[in-house]
Amino acid sequence: MKQGIYTVSENLKIADGVYRMTLSGDPSAITAAGQFVNLLTDGCYLRRPISVCEVGKDGFTIIYKVVGKGTEKMSRAKKGDEFDVLTGLGNGYDVAASGKSPLLIGGGVGVPPLYELAKRLTAQGKRVSVIIGFNKKSEVFYEKEFLSLGCKVFVATADGSYGEKGFVTDVMKKVGTYTYFYACGPEPMLKAVYKKSETDGEFSFERRMGCGFGACMGCSCKTVTGNKRICKEGPVIKKGDIIWED
Amino acid sequence: MGRLSVDLCGIELDNPVIPASGTFGYGYEFADLYDINILGTFSFKGTTKEPRFGNPTPRIAECASGMLNSVGLQNPGAEKVVSEELPRLKKVFGKKVMANVSGFSVEEYVETCRILDGQEQVGWIEVNVSCPNVHGGGMSFGTDARAAAEVTAKVKAATEKPIIIKLSPNVTDIVPIARACEDAGADGISLINTLLGMRIDLKTRKPVLKNVTGGLSGPAVFPVALRMVYQTAKAVKIPVVGMGGVASAEDVLEMMLAGATAVEVGAANLVNPYACRDIIRDLPAAMDKYGIKTLKEIR
Repeated sequence: MKQGIYTVSENLKIADGVYRMTLSGDPSAITAAGQFVNLLTDGCYLRRPISVCEVGKDGFTIIYKVVGKGTEKMSRAKKGDEFDVLTGLGNGYDVAASGKSPLLIGGGVGVPPLYELAKRLTAQGKRVSVIIGFNKKSEVFYEKEFLSLGCKVFVATADGSYGEKGFVTDVMKKVGTYTYFYACGPEPMLKAVYKKSETDGEFSFERRMGCGFGACMGCSCKTVTGNKRICKEGPVIKKGDIIWED
Repeated sequence: MGRLSVDLCGIELDNPVIPASGTFGYGYEFADLYDINILGTFSFKGTTKEPRFGNPTPRIAECASGMLNSVGLQNPGAEKVVSEELPRLKKVFGKKVMANVSGFSVEEYVETCRILDGQEQVGWIEVNVSCPNVHGGGMSFGTDARAAAEVTAKVKAATEKPIIIKLSPNVTDIVPIARACEDAGADGISLINTLLGMRIDLKTRKPVLKNVTGGLSGPAVFPVALRMVYQTAKAVKIPVVGMGGVASAEDVLEMMLAGATAVEVGAANLVNPYACRDIIRDLPAAMDKYGIKTLKEIR
C-alpha cells in the first residue's frame, strides 16, 4: 500500500451516471488486477474505495458510479485537481488460475476491474470470454474496449434494450466451455453466478469499509478458511472459500 | 528524558501519543507503513477470552466529521493473541504495548486479564468496560459505578501490571464511575469510548448498520471527549488517558491541558494511516508555538 497525492488527468462521463477518472502519480503499489484504491474527497470523513480499471506507467484509471455525496464530488473533479489516495489495496485476482479459456463476468460497476484482468490474461495468450451486464442500454460501457483486447464479448441488459435480454447468468450457457471464471458485481449477481458456474473461479466483493487497509475490521466476512477482511484478504475470494450470509 | 516524554502509571513514554484500540489492529498493518517504535505505545485490538467474529455487516457508517462502527469486538481470542499476535508484534515493536481487554462477565474479564498480565511485552492492561456494540457485556459494566468497581477490584487482585479502566461517555455523570474505579484500585482511567449513535439509509428506509446502533467517533466527538476528560481528571488522582476525535498535535495539547497524562488517537488512523506519525512529528512545533517547554509541565 502507498499513500500519495494523485492528479486528475481526465474525468469523463462514459455512461448514465458512470464516470472514468484517470489519475497520474506513482502506481507502483498496484500489483494485481482486482485491487482497489481508497480516495479521500472533500467533505467526506471516510475514503471511497474504488476498484482499479487499468494500471499504466504513470498512473491508473478508475470507473465509478455516482451513488452519493463522495462520488458526486468526484464526478465534478477537473483536470489538474488533486486527490489523496491509498493505492494497491486488497489481494486482486489470481491470474495463474485461469486455464486456457477463462470467463470474466461483470455487472454494472463490477465491470471495471475485469478490464485490467482481461488485459493481463490476453497478454498471456489466453482465450478470454467476457459477459458484462447492465440494467439498460444507457448504462452500458466498455464493450468496445474488451473487444479491442481480443476478447469474445457478450452484453446483457435486464430490460433488453441492448444485447441479450436478461442477466449475466442467462448468457452463461451461451458462452460454451470455459476453464475458470472471475466475477465482480452486486452480491445477488455473484450468488446467481456461484449457483450457475460449472468450474472453479473467484468472486470480488464489495463492502462498506472503514479504513480499506485492514485496521478497523469493519468489512470482515466468514469464509471456509476463517474470517477474512474484504479489504485485506479480499476483495477477491475463491469459490471454494465462500460462505454466503443469510 | 525528552520534552515530549510523559509517565503513564510508572512507565516512561517517549511521547503521549497512543493509537487507540480497534483502530490499529495488533500493530503490524501499520508497521508496514512506518516504524511504529516512534509511538508512545499503542493499545491493541479489544481482546476477549474466546475468539469473536463480531456483528453482521454493514458495520461501518459515515456522518459529518466522523463515523459509526458496530464491529463488536472481532478478535482471535486471548490464547491466539498470546501464541500468534504478540510474537509477530515483538518483531516490529520493541516497546511495551497496552493490552485492551473486554468481557461478558467479571470472571471472563479476570481470566483474560490474567492471561495477558503474564506477557512480558504487555505494559498496561486497558480494561474496556465501555464497548457499546456487544450485548450483555462491555458497556453494561461501565455505566454502573458498582459494576465498574467490581470488575476493577477483581482484575486488580488477579494481576500485577497497571490497570487502566476505559470508560463510556454514555452515562449521565462520569465522575462517580471514575471515582468508584479509583477507589477499587485502578491505576488509571481512559476515556472516552465511542458515543452511541445511528444512521438511517433514506433509499432503503432502514438503519445503515445491521446492528442498528453503533459507536460514534472522529472529530465530531472531540469537544464531548475533552469535557469528560476535564471532569474526570479533576475528580481523580490517578492518571487519565484522554481520547475521542483527536486528529492533530493541537488536539493532543488540548487534551493534556484538560488533564490527560497521555492521549489516544482512534478514528484518525483509519482515514490517514500516518496520523500518529504526523502528530508526533508536529508536536514540537505546536509546543513552540504555544510556549510549552515540556509536556510534563503542561499543566
